[in-house]
Amino acid sequence: MIGRAAHRTLIAALFLFLLAPVVLVIPMSFSADAFLIWPPSGFSLRWYAAMWRETKLIDAARNSFLLACLVCAVTLVIAMPAALVLARGRFRGREALVALLTAPLLLPTIVLALALLILFVGYGLIGSWPGLLLAHLLVALPYGIRVLMTAVSTLPPAVEEAASSLGAPPWRVFRRITLPLMLPGVTATAATGRDVPLRGKPDRPAGRRGVSAAGAADAQHRHRAGARGGARADAG
Amino acid sequence: MRLPALLLGPALLVNLAIFIAPMANLAALSFHEARPSGGVGPGPTLATWASIAEDEYYIELVTGSIGVALGVTVLTLLAGYPLALFIHRAAPRWRNLLMVACISPLLVSAVVRTYGWMVILGDTGLVAAVLRFLGMAKPPRMVFNLTGVVIALVEILMPTMILCLLAGFGRLNASLEEAAASLGAPRWRVFMRVVLPLSLPGVLLGCLLAFVLTVSSFITPKLLGGGRVILLATEIYDQAIVTLNWPVAAALSVLSLAVFGLALLLYGRLLRMVEA
Repeated sequence: MIGRAAHRTLIAALFLFLLAPVVLVIPMSFSADAFLIWPPSGFSLRWYAAMWRETKLIDAARNSFLLACLVCAVTLVIAMPAALVLARGRFRGREALVALLTAPLLLPTIVLALALLILFVGYGLIGSWPGLLLAHLLVALPYGIRVLMTAVSTLPPAVEEAASSLGAPPWRVFRRITLPLMLPGVTATAATGRDVPLRGKPDRPAGRRGVSAAGAADAQHRHRAGARGGARADAG
Repeated sequence: MRLPALLLGPALLVNLAIFIAPMANLAALSFHEARPSGGVGPGPTLATWASIAEDEYYIELVTGSIGVALGVTVLTLLAGYPLALFIHRAAPRWRNLLMVACISPLLVSAVVRTYGWMVILGDTGLVAAVLRFLGMAKPPRMVFNLTGVVIALVEILMPTMILCLLAGFGRLNASLEEAAASLGAPRWRVFMRVVLPLSLPGVLLGCLLAFVLTVSSFITPKLLGGGRVILLATEIYDQAIVTLNWPVAAALSVLSLAVFGLALLLYGRLLRMVEA
């Protein structure tokens, strides 16, 4: 049947379109050329060697990792109690609070980043670790609260009630019952909390010193762009 | 009541410090004027807003950005729908694999995927090589113009669209399609009368997200546009970082938030219409 074959071809073409850029980056990283050419004239590990010599890139990767761990930890500490209250509590204005706390997810990052940039300049937070941490919390915290709220709302409250009716004080109920039951959600939050800074965009103003992974990618891009012109670009 | 307040306190405090305060500050800044010498003049004044309203460049920027976002949204829907439907109908053992394949680009940042598109669409790239091989002497330019930006944005937004569509297909029941087909409806009519209407909530959500994400997309137009494709987000960046005209950047930010608000309103309206 012709219709069926055409349908198959369409689906295959769409899959190819969707996956092409991600797949193609891998062979291109082994290219022996100094600029973007397809097909490459040969394959080599020269760009991997160049990467190790590029100390700025290594520093950027290390900073990204440190920042990711830091953001992850702070997000968990702040988001966990908030998610508990928001998922369990039945009080007026709960919906509004959830909307307020997760609103940054909806808005354009460039606008959020500009707003932070302008405020941070006044407090000398640009290019500082506290500034970076705060800027990333803006995105990580709403994700954390959302994921943890889902985790909390799927817990059976009966188990906690049983524990407290047997005389356990609230903090012990939390430590022995609630926290272990929440662990899958906590792990998910930790993963996204780490993920956000690692994928952070260079439009995050406080990250403009090449501290984020995106900054590293940007530096590499400029490195290659510089090589195109015959001169070695300074990544800084 | 004291304990909940204590537990919510840190989150609200952080929200106030890094979300409410900066956004209020930004909105207020649009009612100031940039001094020719640099820096921000005393406010409040409507001068910045007036200069934007009078300048044709900014009006074209806003309408152009909305146009590009609508175009990208429609193309993403057209590219995503067949794939989502294919995944939805695939045998269970294939479905998970196909899902992972579709969602996996989400795990790679937009920077890397934009870079991949530069390799594919560049003057010495994959598509140009294929076209030359097929005998085209001078392949059309596909980077550093709108074509490349739209192609890349469609691909970058496809996983999000597919996720929304798949969520919408949850309401689709195979027995409904079979009923329509057994009553003699041809395949295209089953699609138009049963499949498409039932999937509309997913379509609307996917379109809303694609639109909103295109309006706020920044890296892709910046890298693939090569400075020639100017959209709201890139102009905000240029005004804030290059020209250092913060009041104009603030006003454009408020404008883009207004576009977001309108998109959300329209989405709510359409959703009520579809579900009624």
